[in-house]
Amino acid sequence: MPHDNSYTGQEFKVVGNRFARPDGVDKVTGRARYGADASAPGQLVARVLRSPHAHAKITKIDTAKAERLSGVKAVITSDDLPDLTGGDRGMADILENCMARGRALYDGHAVAAVAAVDEQTARKALKLIKVTYEVLPHVTDVDEAMKPEAPVIHDWVFTGGVNPQPTKPCNVANRTEMGHGDVDAGFAQADVVIERSYKTEQTHQGYIEPHACLASVNSDGSAEMWVTTQGPFSYRTVCASLLGMDLAKLKVTSSEIGGGFGGKTHVWAEPLALALSRKANRPVKLVMTRDEVFRATGPTASTSIDVKVGAKKNGEITAAELELRYQGGAFPGIWGMLGCMTGFACYDIANQRSVGWDVIVNRPKVAAYRAPSAPMAAYAVESIMDVVAEEIGMDPVDFRLKNVAKEGAQAPYGPIYGPIGIESALNAVKENPHMKVKLKKNQGRGVACGFWFNIGGQTCVDLNIGTDGSVNLAVGTVDVGGARSSMGMIAAEELGIDYEDVKVHVADTASLGHNDTTEGSRGTFSSGMATIFAARDAIEVLKERAAQMLDVPKESIQWENGTASATGAENSNLPTLTLKEIAAKSHNTGGPIAGHNEVTADGAGMGFAAHICDVEVDPETGLTKILKYTVVQDAGKAIHPDYVEGQFQGAAAQGIGWALNEEYVYGEDGRLQNPGFLDYRIPVCSDLPFIDTMILEIPNPNHPYGIRGVGETSIVPPLGAVGNAIANATGVRMNHAPMSPIRVLEALDRAGVSGDQVSAG
Amino acid sequence: MSEAVLVSTTVNGDVVEFACPTDEVLLDSLRDRVGLTGVKEGCGTGDCGACSITLDGQLVCSCLVLGVEADGRDITTVEGLTEDGELHPLQQKFIDHAALQCGVCTPGFLVAAKALLDRNPNPTETEIRYALAGNLCRCTGYDKIVRAVQASAKELNKARR
Ligand code: FES
Ligand code: FES
Repeated sequence: MPHDNSYTGQEFKVVGNRFARPDGVDKVTGRARYGADASAPGQLVARVLRSPHAHAKITKIDTAKAERLSGVKAVITSDDLPDLTGGDRGMADILENCMARGRALYDGHAVAAVAAVDEQTARKALKLIKVTYEVLPHVTDVDEAMKPEAPVIHDWVFTGGVNPQPTKPCNVANRTEMGHGDVDAGFAQADVVIERSYKTEQTHQGYIEPHACLASVNSDGSAEMWVTTQGPFSYRTVCASLLGMDLAKLKVTSSEIGGGFGGKTHVWAEPLALALSRKANRPVKLVMTRDEVFRATGPTASTSIDVKVGAKKNGEITAAELELRYQGGAFPGIWGMLGCMTGFACYDIANQRSVGWDVIVNRPKVAAYRAPSAPMAAYAVESIMDVVAEEIGMDPVDFRLKNVAKEGAQAPYGPIYGPIGIESALNAVKENPHMKVKLKKNQGRGVACGFWFNIGGQTCVDLNIGTDGSVNLAVGTVDVGGARSSMGMIAAEELGIDYEDVKVHVADTASLGHNDTTEGSRGTFSSGMATIFAARDAIEVLKERAAQMLDVPKESIQWENGTASATGAENSNLPTLTLKEIAAKSHNTGGPIAGHNEVTADGAGMGFAAHICDVEVDPETGLTKILKYTVVQDAGKAIHPDYVEGQFQGAAAQGIGWALNEEYVYGEDGRLQNPGFLDYRIPVCSDLPFIDTMILEIPNPNHPYGIRGVGETSIVPPLGAVGNAIANATGVRMNHAPMSPIRVLEALDRAGVSGDQVSAG
Repeated sequence: MSEAVLVSTTVNGDVVEFACPTDEVLLDSLRDRVGLTGVKEGCGTGDCGACSITLDGQLVCSCLVLGVEADGRDITTVEGLTEDGELHPLQQKFIDHAALQCGVCTPGFLVAAKALLDRNPNPTETEIRYALAGNLCRCTGYDKIVRAVQASAKELNKARR
């Protein structure tokens, strides 16, 4: 039955409350089972041998000794993973990224793998594998990789998006351009035109749970995989196609997931675990070390960005231009395009152009990281917004409001905005008591905005009503941060029953139809929509059963507050029937009662946020301390406000880490210098203050409850907000993130000679 | 297999014995030999606190202790926090305050927070933040974790009075 996804403004009883999550007790008692927590009888332990070189030809891999070691059950190299991708370049890249095919493309690239009876034996076996490398010249910096003299990493990469397409291969995979209006004419109208360049370093999602799986391939070709993933269905699709299996024969079960933030949307070593299991004919458990997570999964891009903004004295931006260079690791990506789409999205700029470049270097293949590409572009845009405001003598929040995108404005990538929340967010920032807190010496305040699209996509759920009237809801999007509560609340809301009567679980790939990966902040939006529709289908069945029980036509049955009643004066003496009563009689009225929904959830509502950040900068050490932080973001509708706030806070904290500390450091030798949490320092508890939140609810017109995704947007503003606060505190503008103590000190030292300053706060 | 030693230790009140390779860390012994997978590995290098346990009442990273060192000692893991099936106030407050998102850091935080409250029943916000600085959480920004610990301290003190 087709359903209408329009927002209806219905009143809520359950939604908007703060219920205990269904997986809470399991998680506080240690019972919840994550990727590494499953075992199978006879399981082997897998370890992966990785390249110590940034770029090297692999001339020989001698596995004979390792194979002879007692307890070793399988050794694989790329020879055990024949290329079945049939010319699909994207799939071929994934295959090659899982295991080097004749050439190691980055420090940490998998070269061989073993499965053995225990960890100790597996490690010993790795040492016995002899790999002969012929080291090749490497490049790890985005700007260096674009130079004509840079070593060319792939001979099959010819820059796309330029006309005519080059005939010589190079490291620039793609050029994207978008925008509207006449940029040159716009700059000509400006009273001030300012140009700046910014750099951001590579960061990692830093989920605390490393990648882990338990793979079991049977001799009949059927297989199972227990794995920590954001996308059990896409893991199934990718693994099955790389290994030449039927989708239906590979059952993927997503474990509890210890954080993903985009990093668990892609396969890394899972196909190796399956290949080892196939070869050894035993279950194989593969758990990455933290070192492997840093070196060989998908961090986010590092960037180099030029931005130019022209404005009139009255604050109107007349033209703006962005040129974004994203380092995507050893394979082509889409990061430049996403940067172009998001950079100016918070503003209504008549004349704008964004150009994005995707660049290949000898680093791990970049993956999505929470609002991928947007934080870097926003760092440049939000920084220059303050510089321009200063130049024309306008308050930076007023300057943003003067140019803010509203309903009817055109997004950088073309569409016209519907109702969006950035103006409300900026107004809320202006009014926020945080803005009135007095600042002392060496302290400063910064404000910045952020945008993320949010997505929908293929989704399905199963809602089954038990004979006692309790409800099981099976969803296919995973639960990283409380989503099961939200789904349970939505089902309870629709059915008119108590939250406690609904139990939600994340289904495996054999139990539910295809669901797109849980990414793009789509979980609550899409599975929420499918749950509403499935519940509405179940209600139709319930009404029909009630009609039978009361012996009246179905049309006269109405459903309210979990109860069926017959309308009309002639039926006034008939009893009402609760969901429980109807369920108890289902065996007599037609069998089990259920609702299903399969939908491509369209109309995801865009997410906008504005942040306020106060810092204190120690002029002696360059250390920046976050004193106070406020997030204002539009959620459309907060189903479970605790977990919406949690998304805002967690995203802001990640952004702060990026702004102040986190970065991949590569040595001259092209090797990662800091693949561990000691030297890659994510924010710890004592680094942060409480993170205040304000949830705005501007309904998404394309969702029955008005839901917008909330997971990603708030990682976008912090780089700019922190940079602006540092500038406000010190008078020195930072143009390189992370704005770590050493960079701040250098900038303070340079400040005497450099003219790039704004006034101290 | 490397040389193994018989280890006898008390875990959450129960005596357990296992043969332990001399180069195996206690984290792996607890997970793979005792079956307590509530103890998590986030790094294996003492930097994340996901493997936090108490060893004779002392908060330690079990990834930095050898399994054989546990011989004759007394270990508490997250699995040992519940008493007679009742959640410890910290466990309850973590749920009530939504102090976990993915929850993989939670066992370590609970053990570390309990160690803090055992020795300092009235910690300030700053004391809580520094006491938990060895436990990484990537999901929450720590806000709700600190609030949950504050609420637990209050509740435990009420019960004591
Ligand atoms: S696993 Fe022990 S501190 Fe991270
Ligand atoms: S809740 Fe995910 S790491 Fe803390």
